[in-house]
Amino acid sequence: MSGIPHDHYEPKSRGEKWLHRRLPIVSLLYDTLMIPTPKNLNWMWIWGIVLVFCLVMQIITGVLLVMHYTPHVDMAFASIEHIMRDVNAGWAIRYIHMNGASLFFIAVYLHIFRGLYYGSYKAPREVTWIIGMLIYVLMMGTAFLGYVLPWGQMSFWGATVITGLFGAIPFIGESIQTWLLGGPAVDNATLNRFLSLHYLLPFLILGLVIVHVWAFHTTGNNNPTGVEVRRTSKKEAEADTLPFWPYFVIKDLFALAVVLVLFFAVTGFMPNLLGHPDNYIEANPLVTPAHIVPEWYFLPFYAILRAFDQEVWVVIIADTLTGGIVDAKFFGVIAMFGAILVMALAPWLDTSSVRSGRFRPMFKWWFWLLVVDFMVLMWVGARPAEGIYPYIALIGSTYWFAYFLVILPLLGVIEKPLPQPATIEEDFNDHYGGDHGTPGSGTAASAPSPAE
Amino acid sequence: MLRKLAISTAAALALLTGAAQAAGEGGHVTNYAFSFDGPFGTFDQDQLQRGLQVYTQICSGCHGLQYVPLRSLAAEGGIGWSEDEVRAYIEQNFIEVYDEDLQDWRPAVPNDNFPANDSVGAPDLSLMAKARLGFHGPWGTGLNALVNGIGGPEYIASLLTHYTGEEVEQYGTYLYENETFEGGLISMAPPLWDDAVEYADGTPATVDQMAQDVAAFLMWAAEPHMMARKQMGFVAIIILGIFSVLLYLTNKRLWAPVKARAKGTQPAE
Repeated sequence: MSGIPHDHYEPKSRGEKWLHRRLPIVSLLYDTLMIPTPKNLNWMWIWGIVLVFCLVMQIITGVLLVMHYTPHVDMAFASIEHIMRDVNAGWAIRYIHMNGASLFFIAVYLHIFRGLYYGSYKAPREVTWIIGMLIYVLMMGTAFLGYVLPWGQMSFWGATVITGLFGAIPFIGESIQTWLLGGPAVDNATLNRFLSLHYLLPFLILGLVIVHVWAFHTTGNNNPTGVEVRRTSKKEAEADTLPFWPYFVIKDLFALAVVLVLFFAVTGFMPNLLGHPDNYIEANPLVTPAHIVPEWYFLPFYAILRAFDQEVWVVIIADTLTGGIVDAKFFGVIAMFGAILVMALAPWLDTSSVRSGRFRPMFKWWFWLLVVDFMVLMWVGARPAEGIYPYIALIGSTYWFAYFLVILPLLGVIEKPLPQPATIEEDFNDHYGGDHGTPGSGTAASAPSPAE
Repeated sequence: MLRKLAISTAAALALLTGAAQAAGEGGHVTNYAFSFDGPFGTFDQDQLQRGLQVYTQICSGCHGLQYVPLRSLAAEGGIGWSEDEVRAYIEQNFIEVYDEDLQDWRPAVPNDNFPANDSVGAPDLSLMAKARLGFHGPWGTGLNALVNGIGGPEYIASLLTHYTGEEVEQYGTYLYENETFEGGLISMAPPLWDDAVEYADGTPATVDQMAQDVAAFLMWAAEPHMMARKQMGFVAIIILGIFSVLLYLTNKRLWAPVKARAKGTQPAE
């Protein structure tokens, strides 16, 4: 499976040989589980397992919830309360599902930013990256659909605002919006199709996760140095790597257990901290909440959506040039989806031949600024669009685009990278060999220490 | 880029001062100490019973509690009555529910929910303690809510105790000035006065006491399984904590030879 030379499964007994000739499933499992993994992976490489766990947890709790949920505008809200009060452990299942979505997004953001820092998106891992971005978009879709189902005030008005985005598309927008909603406004038809799709999308995500894993099992994992595993001989490959089982399985499980301690502290002691109180008020089409705020994980992109209002000069130019077809509303929608698109295009926008941010002295600063920018956008996305906030949102949005469209392409040309270790083995031995001071041995202070 | 950074820093600073000045009408929430605050907090059964009394004798005149089953008064971790006590409560207070099949009102049974009540358009109170955010900010970060909790019951108790006594007539209806309610004017007249109810346990029925009791009761009504939820938190943390330690030790042991080989500076064979 992998291009890295390693042992393959050999059927030994007669039974194994019999099965192997007909269905090489044991071989597939063996090769997947025993994949040679760079031995210098640090703690930022644990989020993949956390994400797989989240997906499974959300599917299991979701399947249980749907057994007791009623997708009807008059009964949905009451059926959630039925789950919370009457169903055995229903409150636990629902709170885990609710907070599980937040854990899912925390993990995916850390996973994405890890990829951005260590250049995991670069050749030959572009396909892994693109599939990852597709998964991320599907995750956002699923989370949005799921948030509508409890039929609280934020459910209803969030659905109204977000489907309204499609209404901003010129000419065909309103038809698309009506088609999505199943009627002129968010109503019973909307709730029904949202449940259907909320149930469907996780399984598409599951399929894409398998492809995602397949893709990086073909190219091999990236690692904190960005230096490729040697493939010239099996001996050299084995000096750079360790099999996924048991070394990384145990390490990842340890990390997962620690993450889950935090998760259950939140779920057990403050399960509504990340939610919005208005969603405990039943949806009412006649009463608009004072502030319609999406869930925290949408806030950075929501801030970008709102940043481009009709007073921004790019918007005015676009409006004038297109004769009003690209108005401020549509521009905002383009900017929001564009923000994700430029991130997906990172493999082709980044011109540097060096993968890891560890050896890119200038890149490092821009990268951490991007992280700060992301947090600022998240914060400003929840603030009302008045006073100073739109300016902060605009500066933040501009930097987001500048990072991918200007800084990444330019840095590859002007930056002088630091010397990289020749092999992963060298990096690993430098780190654990006692003489920490050697140049080129994980000099990045910001990089977490490699595997325990 | 440094310039941009400077601009946003300046902007953030401007914002902090702006936010501090913006505090105006409404929004005052006193951080009452409730028995159920924090991971170790539990409901005070006596307080819940007093709160139920305030709800029954005062609030239920205008408000409903349509999602709360009467039988849950007998559930563990809450008011904790016996089933007979629940039946007695229903009988003594003449609680009736509208039966769709009979198309008429009939006396409630424990399996019914508390009746809904929209006679004067007052909001249902089943989830009120989770539907209000008592603690905001600072500056939109939500740290206050992380430390003090969402603050639903604190909001309710504050609202009930922070009438200023002023009334305003608007378009023929009276509005009452309140330091907690958003906008500062609420259509609910001050519902509590000293000794509005007579507590069976002899607790003096001050406005402050009744407000806190009914807020605690409404927290229970909104989250009847809170005790079980906190217990789940502890059990999960303890089990996962033990797992973490075991996995940490396993991992350390597993990697020890690999790291020892690296220390020997011999290239791994």
